[in-house]
Amino acid sequence: MTTRKLAVISAGVRVPSSTRLLADRLTEATVAALRSRGIDVEVEVVELREHAHEVLDAVLTGFPAPGLRPAVDAVTGADGVIAVTPIFSGSYNGLFKTFFDGLDDGVLTGKPTLIGATGGTGRHSLALEHAVRPLFAYLRSVVVPTAVYAAPEDWAGGGEGVAPLDQRIARAAGELADLVAARAAPAVADPFADPVVPFSELLGGR
Amino acid sequence: MQIGVFTVGDVTPDPTNGRTPTEAERIKAMVAIALKAEEIGLDVFATGEHHNPPFVPSSPTTMLGYVAARTERLLLSTATTLITTNDPVKIAEDYAMLQHLSGGRVDLMMGRGNTGPVYPWFGQDIRDGIALAVENYALLRRLWREDVVDWEGRFRTPLQGFTATPRPLDGVPPFVWHASIRSPEIAEQAAYYGDGFFHNNIFWDAGHVRRMVQLYRRRFEHYGHGPADTAIVGLGGQFFMRKNSQDAVREFRPYFDNAPVYGHGPSLEDFSTLTALTVGSPQQVIDKTLSFREMAGDYQRQLFLVDHAGLPLKTVLEQLDLFGEEVLPVLRREYAALTPAHVPDAPTHTSLKAAAEAAEPEEVSV
Repeated sequence: MTTRKLAVISAGVRVPSSTRLLADRLTEATVAALRSRGIDVEVEVVELREHAHEVLDAVLTGFPAPGLRPAVDAVTGADGVIAVTPIFSGSYNGLFKTFFDGLDDGVLTGKPTLIGATGGTGRHSLALEHAVRPLFAYLRSVVVPTAVYAAPEDWAGGGEGVAPLDQRIARAAGELADLVAARAAPAVADPFADPVVPFSELLGGR
Repeated sequence: MQIGVFTVGDVTPDPTNGRTPTEAERIKAMVAIALKAEEIGLDVFATGEHHNPPFVPSSPTTMLGYVAARTERLLLSTATTLITTNDPVKIAEDYAMLQHLSGGRVDLMMGRGNTGPVYPWFGQDIRDGIALAVENYALLRRLWREDVVDWEGRFRTPLQGFTATPRPLDGVPPFVWHASIRSPEIAEQAAYYGDGFFHNNIFWDAGHVRRMVQLYRRRFEHYGHGPADTAIVGLGGQFFMRKNSQDAVREFRPYFDNAPVYGHGPSLEDFSTLTALTVGSPQQVIDKTLSFREMAGDYQRQLFLVDHAGLPLKTVLEQLDLFGEEVLPVLRREYAALTPAHVPDAPTHTSLKAAAEAAEPEEVSV
Protein backbone atom coordinates (compact mmCIF):
# COMPACT_ATOMS: atom_id res chain seq x y z
CA MET A 1 0.00 0.00 0.00
CA THR A 2 1.30 3.45 -0.91
CA THR A 3 1.94 5.77 2.01
CA ARG A 4 1.84 9.56 1.94
CA LYS A 5 2.86 12.04 4.64
CA LEU A 6 0.67 14.89 5.79
CA ALA A 7 1.96 17.76 7.92
CA VAL A 8 -0.69 19.67 9.84
CA ILE A 9 0.16 23.14 11.13
CA SER A 10 -2.17 24.67 13.68
CA ALA A 11 -1.55 28.20 14.92
CA GLY A 12 -4.31 28.46 17.52
CA VAL A 13 -3.26 30.23 20.67
CA ARG A 14 -5.96 29.14 23.13
CA VAL A 15 -6.15 25.73 24.73
CA PRO A 16 -8.42 24.10 23.74
CA SER A 17 -8.40 25.73 20.35
CA SER A 18 -11.12 25.90 17.71
CA THR A 19 -8.30 26.28 15.15
CA ARG A 20 -6.93 22.92 16.24
CA LEU A 21 -10.45 21.50 16.15
CA LEU A 22 -10.79 22.60 12.51
CA ALA A 23 -7.31 21.28 11.72
CA ASP A 24 -8.26 17.90 13.17
CA ARG A 25 -11.51 17.78 11.18
CA LEU A 26 -9.66 18.63 7.96
CA THR A 27 -7.04 15.99 8.73
CA GLU A 28 -9.56 13.25 9.45
CA ALA A 29 -11.42 14.02 6.23
CA THR A 30 -8.21 14.07 4.18
CA VAL A 31 -7.00 10.80 5.67
CA ALA A 32 -10.39 9.22 4.93
CA ALA A 33 -10.33 10.54 1.36
CA LEU A 34 -6.83 9.17 0.78
CA ARG A 35 -7.69 5.79 2.32
CA SER A 36 -10.67 5.56 -0.01
CA ARG A 37 -8.14 5.97 -2.85
CA GLY A 38 -6.11 3.09 -1.43
CA ILE A 39 -3.44 5.27 0.14
CA ASP A 40 -2.21 5.02 3.70
CA VAL A 41 -1.34 8.24 5.53
CA GLU A 42 1.19 9.25 8.17
CA VAL A 43 0.14 12.40 9.96
CA GLU A 44 2.43 14.79 11.84
CA VAL A 45 0.60 17.54 13.71
CA VAL A 46 2.54 20.66 14.66
CA GLU A 47 0.87 22.70 17.38
CA LEU A 48 2.74 25.96 16.93
CA ARG A 49 1.81 27.29 20.38
CA GLU A 50 4.07 24.64 21.89
CA HIS A 51 6.99 26.05 19.85
CA ALA A 52 6.08 29.72 20.12
CA HIS A 53 9.41 30.89 21.58
CA GLU A 54 11.46 28.66 19.28
CA VAL A 55 9.55 29.95 16.25
CA LEU A 56 10.56 33.51 17.05
CA ASP A 57 14.10 32.53 18.06
CA ALA A 58 14.59 30.84 14.68
CA VAL A 59 13.89 34.14 12.95
CA LEU A 60 16.21 36.02 15.35
CA THR A 61 19.14 33.58 15.26
CA GLY A 62 18.73 32.25 11.72
CA PHE A 63 18.52 28.59 12.63
CA PRO A 64 15.83 26.39 14.21
CA ALA A 65 16.44 25.21 17.76
CA PRO A 66 16.51 21.40 18.11
CA GLY A 67 13.00 21.45 19.60
CA LEU A 68 11.63 23.06 16.45
CA ARG A 69 13.56 20.86 14.03
CA PRO A 70 10.98 18.01 13.94
CA ALA A 71 8.26 20.51 13.00
CA VAL A 72 10.41 21.96 10.22
CA ASP A 73 11.33 18.50 9.00
CA ALA A 74 7.66 17.42 9.06
CA VAL A 75 6.70 20.26 6.72
CA THR A 76 9.78 19.86 4.54
CA GLY A 77 9.23 16.14 4.07
CA ALA A 78 5.43 16.17 3.74
CA ASP A 79 3.57 15.17 0.58
CA GLY A 80 0.76 17.52 1.60
CA VAL A 81 0.21 20.30 4.13
CA ILE A 82 -2.84 21.38 6.07
CA ALA A 83 -2.28 24.88 7.46
CA VAL A 84 -4.83 26.43 9.80
CA THR A 85 -4.67 29.80 11.52
CA PRO A 86 -6.94 31.98 13.55
CA ILE A 87 -7.70 35.29 11.83
CA PHE A 88 -6.28 38.20 13.83
CA SER A 89 -6.71 41.79 12.67
CA GLY A 90 -7.90 40.69 9.27
CA SER A 91 -5.09 38.20 8.55
CA TYR A 92 -3.20 35.11 9.74
CA ASN A 93 -1.78 35.53 13.24
CA GLY A 94 1.86 36.38 13.86
CA LEU A 95 2.74 32.92 15.14
CA PHE A 96 1.56 31.33 11.88
CA LYS A 97 3.46 33.80 9.69
CA THR A 98 6.61 33.69 11.79
CA PHE A 99 6.81 29.90 11.49
CA PHE A 100 6.68 30.09 7.69
CA ASP A 101 9.12 33.03 7.72
CA GLY A 102 11.67 30.78 9.45
CA LEU A 103 11.60 28.00 6.83
CA ASP A 104 14.34 27.77 4.21
CA ASP A 105 13.52 29.08 0.76
CA GLY A 106 11.81 26.60 -1.50
CA VAL A 107 10.71 23.94 0.98
CA LEU A 108 7.02 24.46 0.13
CA THR A 109 7.48 24.71 -3.62
CA GLY A 110 4.92 22.56 -5.39
CA LYS A 111 3.50 21.18 -2.15
CA PRO A 112 -0.25 20.50 -2.16
CA THR A 113 -1.70 22.63 0.62
CA LEU A 114 -5.10 23.02 2.20
CA ILE A 115 -5.67 26.29 4.04
CA GLY A 116 -8.17 26.83 6.81
CA ALA A 117 -8.99 29.53 9.32
CA THR A 118 -11.16 30.28 12.28
CA GLY A 119 -12.48 33.60 13.54
CA GLY A 120 -14.90 35.30 15.85
CA THR A 121 -17.30 36.18 13.05
CA GLY A 122 -18.08 34.98 9.55
CA ARG A 123 -17.27 38.45 8.22
CA HIS A 124 -13.55 37.57 8.34
CA SER A 125 -13.83 34.55 6.08
CA LEU A 126 -12.31 36.22 3.02
CA ALA A 127 -9.06 36.74 4.94
CA LEU A 128 -8.32 33.21 3.68
CA GLU A 129 -8.48 34.45 0.09
CA HIS A 130 -6.89 37.87 0.60
CA ALA A 131 -4.15 37.04 3.10
CA VAL A 132 -3.53 33.32 3.58
CA ARG A 133 -3.75 32.20 -0.06
CA PRO A 134 -1.31 34.88 -1.32
CA LEU A 135 1.20 33.85 1.37
CA PHE A 136 1.22 30.31 0.02
CA ALA A 137 1.22 31.56 -3.55
CA TYR A 138 4.44 33.41 -2.67
CA LEU A 139 5.86 30.22 -1.16
CA ARG A 140 4.89 28.44 -4.42
CA SER A 141 2.62 25.93 -2.71
CA VAL A 142 -0.20 24.44 -4.75
CA VAL A 143 -3.21 25.55 -2.70
CA VAL A 144 -6.45 23.64 -3.26
CA PRO A 145 -9.42 25.70 -4.53
CA THR A 146 -11.55 25.23 -1.44
CA ALA A 147 -10.32 27.02 1.67
CA VAL A 148 -12.28 26.29 4.82
CA TYR A 149 -13.35 28.98 7.23
CA ALA A 150 -15.11 28.15 10.49
CA ALA A 151 -17.04 30.92 12.23
CA PRO A 152 -18.64 30.28 15.65
CA GLU A 153 -22.03 29.46 14.09
CA ASP A 154 -20.47 26.83 11.81
CA TRP A 155 -19.91 24.59 14.80
CA ALA A 156 -23.72 24.44 15.00
CA GLY A 157 -25.87 24.58 11.89
CA GLY A 158 -23.97 27.30 10.06
CA GLY A 159 -25.37 30.47 8.57
CA GLU A 160 -28.09 30.83 6.02
CA GLY A 161 -26.89 30.40 2.46
CA VAL A 162 -23.62 28.81 3.62
CA ALA A 163 -22.78 25.19 2.94
CA PRO A 164 -22.49 23.28 6.21
CA LEU A 165 -18.95 23.04 7.59
CA ASP A 166 -18.76 19.26 7.17
CA GLN A 167 -19.56 19.55 3.47
CA ARG A 168 -16.93 22.22 2.91
CA ILE A 169 -14.40 20.15 4.85
CA ALA A 170 -15.19 17.09 2.74
CA ARG A 171 -14.82 19.04 -0.51
CA ALA A 172 -11.50 20.58 0.49
CA ALA A 173 -10.19 17.26 1.79
CA GLY A 174 -11.13 15.59 -1.49
CA GLU A 175 -9.26 18.24 -3.45
CA LEU A 176 -6.15 17.83 -1.29
CA ALA A 177 -6.37 14.04 -1.45
CA ASP A 178 -6.47 14.14 -5.26
CA LEU A 179 -3.24 16.14 -5.41
CA VAL A 180 -1.46 14.17 -2.70
CA ALA A 181 -2.49 10.85 -4.24
CA ALA A 182 -1.21 11.95 -7.63
CA ARG A 183 2.42 12.23 -6.59
CA ALA A 184 4.81 12.06 -3.69
CA ALA A 185 6.71 15.21 -2.76
CA PRO A 186 9.99 15.57 -4.60
CA ALA A 187 12.97 14.98 -2.33
CA VAL A 188 14.41 18.23 -1.02
CA ALA A 189 18.03 18.54 -2.09
CA ASP A 190 20.61 18.60 0.72
CA PRO A 191 22.93 21.50 -0.13
CA PHE A 192 25.73 19.99 1.95
CA ALA A 193 25.66 16.57 0.32
CA ASP A 194 27.66 15.59 -2.75
CA PRO A 195 27.54 16.36 -5.54
CA VAL A 196 27.89 20.06 -4.92
CA VAL A 197 28.17 22.48 -7.82
CA PRO A 198 31.77 21.88 -8.90
CA PHE A 199 34.05 24.86 -8.59
CA SER A 200 34.89 24.92 -12.30
CA GLU A 201 31.22 25.69 -12.90
CA LEU A 202 31.27 28.48 -10.30
CA LEU A 203 34.35 29.92 -11.98
CA GLY A 204 32.55 29.90 -15.30
CA GLY A 205 35.68 29.06 -17.28
CA ARG A 206 37.76 31.85 -15.77
CA MET B 1 47.10 24.55 16.79
CA GLN B 2 46.79 28.31 16.46
CA ILE B 3 44.71 29.89 19.22
CA GLY B 4 43.68 33.50 19.09
CA VAL B 5 41.02 36.17 19.31
CA PHE B 6 38.89 37.87 16.72
CA THR B 7 36.95 41.08 17.11
CA VAL B 8 33.94 42.43 15.29
CA GLY B 9 34.72 45.98 16.39
CA ASP B 10 31.17 46.86 17.40
CA VAL B 11 30.48 50.02 19.38
CA THR B 12 27.77 48.78 21.72
CA PRO B 13 26.45 50.44 24.89
CA ASP B 14 27.36 48.66 28.11
CA PRO B 15 23.89 47.44 29.16
CA THR B 16 24.81 47.56 32.84
CA ASN B 17 25.41 51.32 32.88
CA GLY B 18 24.27 52.59 29.48
CA ARG B 19 27.71 53.95 28.64
CA THR B 20 28.75 53.84 24.97
CA PRO B 21 32.47 54.03 24.17
CA THR B 22 33.57 56.62 21.63
CA GLU B 23 34.98 55.38 18.35
CA ALA B 24 38.41 56.46 19.53
CA GLU B 25 38.03 54.42 22.73
CA ARG B 26 36.82 51.38 20.84
CA ILE B 27 39.65 51.51 18.32
CA LYS B 28 42.24 51.85 21.11
CA ALA B 29 40.51 49.01 22.96
CA MET B 30 40.88 46.74 19.92
CA VAL B 31 44.60 47.50 19.86
CA ALA B 32 44.89 46.88 23.61
CA ILE B 33 43.22 43.50 23.12
CA ALA B 34 45.69 42.64 20.35
CA LEU B 35 48.64 43.57 22.55
CA LYS B 36 47.18 41.54 25.42
CA ALA B 37 46.81 38.59 23.05
CA GLU B 38 50.54 38.68 22.36
CA GLU B 39 51.32 39.17 26.06
CA ILE B 40 49.42 36.05 27.18
CA GLY B 41 50.91 33.96 24.39
CA LEU B 42 48.06 33.73 21.91
CA ASP B 43 48.97 33.12 18.26
CA VAL B 44 46.45 35.17 16.28
CA PHE B 45 44.64 38.50 16.37
CA ALA B 46 41.98 39.00 13.69
CA THR B 47 39.89 42.08 13.06
CA GLY B 48 36.58 42.37 11.29
CA GLU B 49 35.94 44.74 8.41
CA HIS B 50 32.76 46.79 8.35
CA HIS B 51 31.55 49.87 6.54
CA ASN B 52 28.54 50.80 8.63
CA PRO B 53 27.86 51.89 12.21
CA PRO B 54 27.97 50.65 14.94
CA PHE B 55 31.26 49.13 13.76
CA VAL B 56 34.62 50.92 13.63
CA PRO B 57 37.11 48.71 11.75
CA SER B 58 36.73 49.88 8.15
CA SER B 59 40.47 49.86 7.49
CA PRO B 60 41.96 46.57 8.68
CA THR B 61 45.48 46.96 7.31
CA THR B 62 45.85 50.34 9.02
CA MET B 63 45.02 48.75 12.35
CA LEU B 64 47.00 45.58 11.71
CA GLY B 65 50.02 47.58 10.55
CA TYR B 66 49.94 49.52 13.81
CA VAL B 67 49.60 46.30 15.81
CA ALA B 68 52.43 44.74 13.79
CA ALA B 69 54.74 47.58 14.83
CA ARG B 70 53.97 46.98 18.49
CA THR B 71 54.18 43.17 18.53
CA GLU B 72 56.81 40.63 17.61
CA ARG B 73 55.20 37.26 17.38
CA LEU B 74 51.46 37.70 16.89
CA LEU B 75 49.97 36.56 13.58
CA LEU B 76 47.69 39.26 12.17
CA SER B 77 44.54 38.23 10.36
CA THR B 78 41.04 39.30 9.41
CA ALA B 79 37.56 38.16 10.29
CA THR B 80 36.64 38.77 7.59
CA THR B 81 38.04 40.61 4.58
CA LEU B 82 35.18 41.54 2.25
CA ILE B 83 36.14 39.80 -0.97
CA THR B 84 32.86 40.92 -2.54
CA THR B 85 32.93 44.71 -2.18
CA ASN B 86 36.68 45.40 -1.96
CA ASP B 87 38.68 45.75 -5.13
CA PRO B 88 40.86 42.62 -5.29
CA VAL B 89 43.69 44.79 -6.63
CA LYS B 90 43.64 46.84 -3.43
CA ILE B 91 43.46 43.71 -1.26
CA ALA B 92 46.50 42.30 -3.09
CA GLU B 93 48.48 45.48 -2.52
CA ASP B 94 47.38 46.28 1.03
CA TYR B 95 48.09 42.83 2.40
CA ALA B 96 51.36 42.42 0.52
CA MET B 97 52.46 45.71 2.09
CA LEU B 98 51.36 44.42 5.50
CA GLN B 99 53.37 41.24 4.90
CA HIS B 100 56.54 43.27 4.35
CA LEU B 101 55.95 45.52 7.37
CA SER B 102 55.09 42.64 9.71
CA GLY B 103 57.77 40.24 8.54
CA GLY B 104 55.26 37.80 7.10
CA ARG B 105 52.95 37.66 10.12
CA VAL B 106 49.82 37.97 7.97
CA ASP B 107 47.02 35.82 6.69
CA LEU B 108 43.48 36.65 5.63
CA MET B 109 40.01 35.26 6.04
CA MET B 110 37.69 35.97 3.12
CA GLY B 111 34.01 36.65 3.76
CA ARG B 112 31.17 38.05 1.73
CA GLY B 113 29.52 40.39 4.22
CA ASN B 114 25.80 40.18 4.92
CA THR B 115 24.85 43.86 5.22
CA GLY B 116 22.70 44.52 2.17
CA PRO B 117 23.37 48.27 1.65
CA VAL B 118 27.18 47.86 1.83
CA TYR B 119 27.09 46.21 -1.60
CA PRO B 120 25.43 49.12 -3.44
CA TRP B 121 27.53 51.62 -1.48
CA PHE B 122 30.53 49.95 -3.09
CA GLY B 123 28.89 49.61 -6.48
CA GLN B 124 27.84 45.97 -6.15
CA ASP B 125 24.71 43.87 -5.60
CA ILE B 126 24.30 41.42 -2.71
CA ARG B 127 22.61 38.96 -5.06
CA ASP B 128 25.98 38.61 -6.81
CA GLY B 129 27.66 37.74 -3.51
CA ILE B 130 28.88 34.26 -4.46
CA ALA B 131 29.87 35.28 -8.00
CA LEU B 132 31.82 38.26 -6.62
CA ALA B 133 33.61 36.07 -4.08
CA VAL B 134 34.57 33.58 -6.79
CA GLU B 135 35.72 36.05 -9.43
CA ASN B 136 37.45 38.53 -7.13
CA TYR B 137 39.37 35.82 -5.34
CA ALA B 138 40.45 34.19 -8.61
CA LEU B 139 41.91 37.57 -9.63
CA LEU B 140 43.49 38.15 -6.21
CA ARG B 141 45.34 34.84 -6.45
CA ARG B 142 46.75 35.75 -9.85
CA LEU B 143 47.83 39.21 -8.68
CA TRP B 144 49.88 37.62 -5.91
CA ARG B 145 51.29 34.82 -8.04
CA GLU B 146 51.92 36.41 -11.46
CA ASP B 147 54.16 39.45 -11.85
CA VAL B 148 52.23 40.79 -14.84
CA VAL B 149 48.50 40.19 -15.13
CA ASP B 150 46.17 40.58 -18.09
CA TRP B 151 42.63 40.05 -16.91
CA GLU B 152 39.01 40.60 -17.78
CA GLY B 153 35.93 39.69 -15.74
CA ARG B 154 32.33 40.56 -15.00
CA PHE B 155 32.74 42.92 -12.10
CA ARG B 156 35.87 44.98 -12.47
CA THR B 157 37.65 47.14 -15.03
CA PRO B 158 39.91 44.91 -17.16
CA LEU B 159 43.64 44.88 -16.48
CA GLN B 160 46.33 44.97 -19.15
CA GLY B 161 49.95 44.55 -18.14
CA PHE B 162 49.23 45.21 -14.46
CA THR B 163 51.72 44.47 -11.68
CA ALA B 164 50.46 44.62 -8.10
CA THR B 165 53.08 46.15 -5.83
CA PRO B 166 54.77 45.37 -3.61
CA ARG B 167 55.18 41.77 -4.67
CA PRO B 168 54.38 39.33 -1.83
CA LEU B 169 57.17 38.98 0.74
CA ASP B 170 59.70 36.37 -0.43
CA GLY B 171 57.39 35.71 -3.38
CA VAL B 172 55.03 33.87 -1.01
CA PRO B 173 51.37 35.02 -0.96
CA PRO B 174 49.64 35.15 2.42
CA PHE B 175 47.70 32.04 3.41
CA VAL B 176 43.95 32.45 2.91
CA TRP B 177 40.97 31.11 4.79
CA HIS B 178 37.42 31.28 3.46
CA ALA B 179 34.61 31.81 5.94
CA SER B 180 30.97 31.01 5.51
CA ILE B 181 28.16 30.12 7.86
CA ARG B 182 25.93 28.29 5.39
CA SER B 183 27.01 28.60 1.75
CA PRO B 184 28.28 25.30 0.34
CA GLU B 185 29.83 27.21 -2.59
CA ILE B 186 32.36 28.80 -0.25
CA ALA B 187 33.33 25.46 1.31
CA GLU B 188 33.78 24.25 -2.28
CA GLN B 189 35.93 27.28 -3.13
CA ALA B 190 38.21 26.73 -0.14
CA ALA B 191 38.51 23.04 -1.01
CA TYR B 192 39.26 23.70 -4.69
CA TYR B 193 42.27 25.86 -3.88
CA GLY B 194 43.41 23.88 -0.85
CA ASP B 195 42.90 27.00 1.25
CA GLY B 196 41.64 27.00 4.82
CA PHE B 197 37.94 26.93 5.73
CA PHE B 198 36.67 28.78 8.77
CA HIS B 199 33.26 28.25 10.33
CA ASN B 200 32.18 30.84 12.82
CA ASN B 201 30.21 28.40 14.91
CA ILE B 202 29.29 31.07 17.45
CA PHE B 203 25.96 31.54 15.76
CA TRP B 204 25.05 28.07 14.55
CA ASP B 205 24.34 24.70 16.07
CA ALA B 206 26.91 21.95 16.11
CA GLY B 207 25.03 19.68 13.71
CA HIS B 208 25.14 22.29 10.98
CA VAL B 209 28.79 23.14 11.59
CA ARG B 210 29.70 19.48 11.29
CA ARG B 211 27.95 19.17 7.91
CA MET B 212 29.62 22.28 6.49
CA VAL B 213 33.09 21.26 7.66
CA GLN B 214 32.63 17.70 6.40
CA LEU B 215 31.63 19.02 2.98
CA TYR B 216 34.83 21.09 2.85
CA ARG B 217 36.96 18.14 3.99
CA ARG B 218 35.46 15.76 1.39
CA ARG B 219 35.99 18.24 -1.42
CA PHE B 220 39.54 19.11 -0.24
CA GLU B 221 40.38 15.45 -0.70
CA HIS B 222 38.47 15.33 -4.01
CA TYR B 223 40.67 18.11 -5.40
CA GLY B 224 43.81 16.23 -4.48
CA HIS B 225 45.15 18.34 -1.64
CA GLY B 226 45.41 15.40 0.73
CA PRO B 227 43.21 13.22 2.91
CA ALA B 228 40.05 14.87 4.28
CA ASP B 229 41.38 14.82 7.83
CA THR B 230 44.37 16.95 6.80
CA ALA B 231 42.25 19.82 5.46
CA ILE B 232 42.82 23.17 7.17
CA VAL B 233 39.88 24.04 9.41
CA GLY B 234 39.27 26.98 11.73
CA LEU B 235 36.44 27.48 14.20
CA GLY B 236 35.00 30.31 16.22
CA GLY B 237 34.26 30.32 19.90
CA GLN B 238 33.02 32.65 22.58
CA PHE B 239 33.42 32.57 26.33
CA PHE B 240 32.91 34.52 29.49
CA MET B 241 34.46 33.04 32.60
CA ARG B 242 34.91 33.54 36.26
CA LYS B 243 36.48 31.11 38.72
CA ASN B 244 32.97 30.35 39.92
CA SER B 245 30.63 29.55 37.04
CA GLN B 246 27.59 31.11 38.75
CA ASP B 247 29.47 34.42 38.95
CA ALA B 248 30.19 34.22 35.22
CA VAL B 249 26.53 33.63 34.38
CA ARG B 250 25.33 36.42 36.66
CA GLU B 251 27.85 38.94 35.30
CA PHE B 252 27.50 38.05 31.61
CA ARG B 253 23.71 37.69 31.43
CA PRO B 254 22.89 41.39 30.83
CA TYR B 255 25.49 41.47 28.05
CA PHE B 256 24.08 38.30 26.51
CA ASP B 257 20.46 39.40 26.81
CA ASN B 258 21.17 42.69 25.03
CA ALA B 259 23.83 41.53 22.58
CA PRO B 260 23.63 42.34 18.89
CA VAL B 261 22.69 39.34 16.73
CA TYR B 262 21.24 36.98 19.35
CA GLY B 263 20.13 39.28 22.17
CA HIS B 264 16.43 39.27 23.12
CA GLY B 265 16.16 35.82 21.54
CA PRO B 266 17.06 32.47 23.07
CA SER B 267 18.06 32.26 26.72
CA LEU B 268 21.74 32.25 27.66
CA GLU B 269 21.31 28.65 28.80
CA ASP B 270 19.70 27.49 25.52
CA PHE B 271 22.21 29.33 23.38
CA SER B 272 25.12 27.86 25.35
CA THR B 273 23.76 24.37 24.77
CA LEU B 274 23.28 24.95 21.03
CA THR B 275 26.34 26.97 20.02
CA ALA B 276 30.00 27.53 20.80
CA LEU B 277 29.22 29.98 23.62
CA THR B 278 30.51 29.02 27.07
CA VAL B 279 29.67 31.05 30.13
CA GLY B 280 31.17 29.46 33.20
CA SER B 281 34.38 28.37 34.86
CA PRO B 282 37.76 27.99 33.11
CA GLN B 283 37.29 24.22 33.25
CA GLN B 284 33.96 24.54 31.42
CA VAL B 285 35.64 26.63 28.73
CA ILE B 286 38.34 23.97 28.37
CA ASP B 287 35.79 21.15 28.14
CA LYS B 288 33.57 22.93 25.62
CA THR B 289 36.48 24.00 23.43
CA LEU B 290 37.96 20.52 23.34
CA SER B 291 34.54 19.16 22.32
CA PHE B 292 34.80 21.11 19.02
CA ARG B 293 37.25 18.43 17.78
CA GLU B 294 34.48 15.86 18.06
CA MET B 295 32.24 18.08 15.96
CA ALA B 296 34.67 19.17 13.23
CA GLY B 297 37.58 16.75 13.45
CA ASP B 298 41.16 17.78 14.25
CA TYR B 299 41.50 21.40 13.28
CA GLN B 300 44.15 24.07 13.02
CA ARG B 301 42.82 27.38 14.28
CA GLN B 302 40.59 28.33 17.20
CA LEU B 303 39.55 31.98 17.40
CA PHE B 304 37.54 33.38 20.29
CA LEU B 305 35.27 36.41 20.34
CA VAL B 306 35.89 38.11 23.68
CA ASP B 307 35.01 41.77 23.30
CA HIS B 308 31.53 42.31 21.92
CA ALA B 309 28.13 43.28 23.33
CA GLY B 310 29.46 46.28 25.24
CA LEU B 311 31.84 44.44 27.59
CA PRO B 312 34.22 47.05 29.02
CA LEU B 313 37.88 46.82 28.01
CA LYS B 314 38.95 46.21 31.61
CA THR B 315 36.73 43.13 31.79
CA VAL B 316 37.97 41.86 28.42
CA LEU B 317 41.59 42.17 29.51
CA GLU B 318 40.79 40.34 32.76
CA GLN B 319 39.17 37.60 30.69
CA LEU B 320 42.29 37.26 28.57
CA ASP B 321 44.55 37.17 31.65
CA LEU B 322 42.42 34.41 33.12
CA PHE B 323 42.45 32.60 29.78
CA GLY B 324 46.23 32.84 29.58
CA GLU B 325 46.67 31.51 33.10
CA GLU B 326 44.11 28.74 33.32
CA VAL B 327 42.87 27.75 29.87
CA LEU B 328 45.56 28.29 27.26
CA PRO B 329 48.23 26.01 28.79
CA VAL B 330 45.69 23.19 29.15
CA LEU B 331 44.37 23.60 25.61
CA ARG B 332 47.92 23.57 24.22
CA ARG B 333 48.76 20.41 26.14
CA GLU B 334 45.53 18.65 25.19
CA TYR B 335 45.63 19.57 21.49
CA ALA B 336 49.24 18.39 21.31
CA ALA B 337 48.30 15.09 22.90
CA LEU B 338 45.06 14.56 20.94
CA THR B 339 46.08 15.59 17.42
CA PRO B 340 47.46 12.74 15.28
CA ALA B 341 50.94 13.27 13.84
CA HIS B 342 49.76 13.32 10.21
CA VAL B 343 47.43 16.28 10.77
CA PRO B 344 49.35 19.39 9.67
CA ASP B 345 49.50 22.77 11.36
CA ALA B 346 47.99 25.73 9.56
CA PRO B 347 50.41 27.11 6.96
CA THR B 348 52.40 30.21 7.96
CA HIS B 349 54.73 32.44 6.01
CA THR B 350 57.67 30.42 7.30
CA SER B 351 56.21 27.07 6.29
CA LEU B 352 54.98 28.35 2.90
CA LYS B 353 58.39 29.89 2.18
CA ALA B 354 60.16 26.65 3.08
CA ALA B 355 57.76 24.70 0.85
CA ALA B 356 58.35 27.12 -2.03
CA GLU B 357 62.12 26.85 -1.63
CA ALA B 358 61.93 23.07 -1.51
CA ALA B 359 59.94 23.09 -4.75
CA GLU B 360 62.13 25.64 -6.54
CA PRO B 361 65.21 23.63 -7.65
CA GLU B 362 63.00 21.33 -9.75
CA GLU B 363 61.52 24.29 -11.59
CA VAL B 364 64.97 25.75 -12.28
CA SER B 365 66.34 22.47 -13.63
CA VAL B 366 63.57 22.18 -16.22
